[in-house]
Amino acid sequence: MVQLRYFASLRETLGIGDETVALPDAVDTVAGLQQWLQTRGEPWREALADERLLVAVNQEVGDMQTAVTDGDEVAWFPPVTGG
Amino acid sequence: MISVQTADFDPGAELERLRTALAGRAGAVVSFTGLVRDLNAGETVGQLTLEHYPGMTEKALAAIEAEAVERWELVDSLIIHRVGPLSPSDRIVFVAAAAAHRKAAFRACEFMIDTLKTNAPFWKKEATAGGSRWLSPSENSPAG
Repeated sequence: MVQLRYFASLRETLGIGDETVALPDAVDTVAGLQQWLQTRGEPWREALADERLLVAVNQEVGDMQTAVTDGDEVAWFPPVTGG
Repeated sequence: MISVQTADFDPGAELERLRTALAGRAGAVVSFTGLVRDLNAGETVGQLTLEHYPGMTEKALAAIEAEAVERWELVDSLIIHRVGPLSPSDRIVFVAAAAAHRKAAFRACEFMIDTLKTNAPFWKKEATAGGSRWLSPSENSPAG
């Protein structure tokens, strides 16, 4: 299982803040996981196609090539606006 | 030390606590207090809500602080960031750097607040009379 988290405008667009899913056998990177989520159709396909989105794996900033394995926490979010 | 909290903070009390804890080990403390601006230029009073990524936020702030401590040999430091609903003029963030001399303290304080704005997972949502919207990074960190 992997824990998926979505924040801010992305969370609102998707209508969900977090979920736990079984990692598909063929998926071993962020890119693979993202493509799998996009097969859910709208709003997933378009929302996750936004190239400004950032991704974190186990609460460390990652990228499309970052490895994902069972037990990981993967988060997608828009550019940050704190401070 | 870092803190992510909904409660307000007292910059004067924080600086006094820092001064006492330093016990003469630092010659300079530079602090920055960030306030909620009314982005609607007074037309309507916008409520601001700060969302964050619990867990990752604390890690990101601790990493920023650790880098500043190492680069400028800080004696002590502090980052406080508020989350939840805020109003214009509310305090939102506090950063303090204590070092032997002022130059290091100035540089470290600037580094911590600048890095926080781009590296820590916080998001601002503004509510106005016409609805609500998420701020973009360009609105959040205007040049200068």
